[in-house]
Amino acid sequence: MTAHQAPPPGPPIGILVELTHRCPLGCPHCSNPIGLEKPAAELDTETWKRVFSEAAALGALHVHLSGGEPTSRRDIVELIRHAAQCGLYTNLITSGVGVSAKLWAAMVEAGLDHAQLSFQGADEATNDRLGHYQGAWAKKRAFAAMVTGAGLPLTVNAVVSRPNLHQVGAFIELALELGARRLEVAHTQYYGWALANRAALIPPLAETQAAIRIVEEARAKLAGKLVIDMVVPDYYARYPKPCAGGWGRLAINVSPSGKAMPCHAAETIPGLEFWNVRDRSVGDIWRDSPAFNAFRGTDWMREPCRSCERKEIDWGGCRCQALALAGDAAATDPACSKSPHHAIIAATAEAEAEAGSGDIRWRSYKETVDV
Amino acid sequence: MESSDKPRLPRGVRLRYDEVRQRWTLLAPERIFEVDGTAAAVLQLCDGERDLGAIVAELASRFQAPPDVIEKDVIAMLAGLQAKRVLET
Repeated sequence: MTAHQAPPPGPPIGILVELTHRCPLGCPHCSNPIGLEKPAAELDTETWKRVFSEAAALGALHVHLSGGEPTSRRDIVELIRHAAQCGLYTNLITSGVGVSAKLWAAMVEAGLDHAQLSFQGADEATNDRLGHYQGAWAKKRAFAAMVTGAGLPLTVNAVVSRPNLHQVGAFIELALELGARRLEVAHTQYYGWALANRAALIPPLAETQAAIRIVEEARAKLAGKLVIDMVVPDYYARYPKPCAGGWGRLAINVSPSGKAMPCHAAETIPGLEFWNVRDRSVGDIWRDSPAFNAFRGTDWMREPCRSCERKEIDWGGCRCQALALAGDAAATDPACSKSPHHAIIAATAEAEAEAGSGDIRWRSYKETVDV
Repeated sequence: MESSDKPRLPRGVRLRYDEVRQRWTLLAPERIFEVDGTAAAVLQLCDGERDLGAIVAELASRFQAPPDVIEKDVIAMLAGLQAKRVLET
């Protein structure tokens, strides 16, 4: 107990559960950690169900069922059913590969609300190459048809980086053709596998700006028909993204083995004490875990964040990126133009984009170490 | 929007009372809309069965307000939700 007790945090609006790190794809832009958690370490069904109940009671409204590939879990239908019974809005974030018509029907019957389907390219060759899976394109298209056929809202999630950024217009066409209600154009964020592959993925500034313009024009033109959200490429941004809406402010992320974190990459920060949902309730973790309190609010900030008029907009940006790029998790996110490191990272990004490396490390368990 | 249109929340959009925050919310893909009490009363009537005319008549009688005023407000609100793809007719 310290003299300055912070007020208790407001309730989280959502919980993102990485049900498993297993995935049929091998995307180099994956934000999962290089050290993927093994299947044997995954939480059991009853623990996940308790997590959903506790998160809903705490105030979470959305549950994002993610991974890895969440449908790799044999209990996915049971988990969806339980989450829906808790009143949670259930969002399946999937590759769409390996979901049979039977499994899809069971998930819909269990109460699934929404499916978010990833595409790695806007044509077969690009999609299957970047997803590192021959035949993924056809399976994804079949999955999209099942979603719209059941009347569920479909989001197409296009993760873009240098190898497919020129397809941004084609991704918009694809989303329309598949009958998506929403398109997310997600410029790759450099964490985990994506950080390891940054030199092969980061696009030049001019191409990035051109892609942003295409999306903005389409968004205006397609209002009422297709909702388009864009995750901006923050190495070239003026201000950083408010990571997860602010550390420990809106969201909880749980790893396959039950580690509760303010964001999926928080584990990269050394010295943080994460609590596990096996040992504690979601409410206890949200309120009291040292990791959630480490960068909550604004008290931890130094200059230039502390006196910045945007400190409760950006919340200092991303702590993991501050660590990765500035070597200090409590520094201003170098994605911010006020960071002394900003010029360096933008220049590094440009140099890597210019060099144009094609050397890719495909996401896989082969590099996993036992912990 | 015409008075014969039958607005409804599409599959994947849910109106729910949020007990923790003590307010109505509209839950949609990657979106949460706060909904005030009046808007919630309107949305509860958007069942795909009633047409806009019936919804306005019901609200006018319930709130004892002139139907033309109610209609204007309801259309503005529903059109806003339609543009966000969380309401269909």
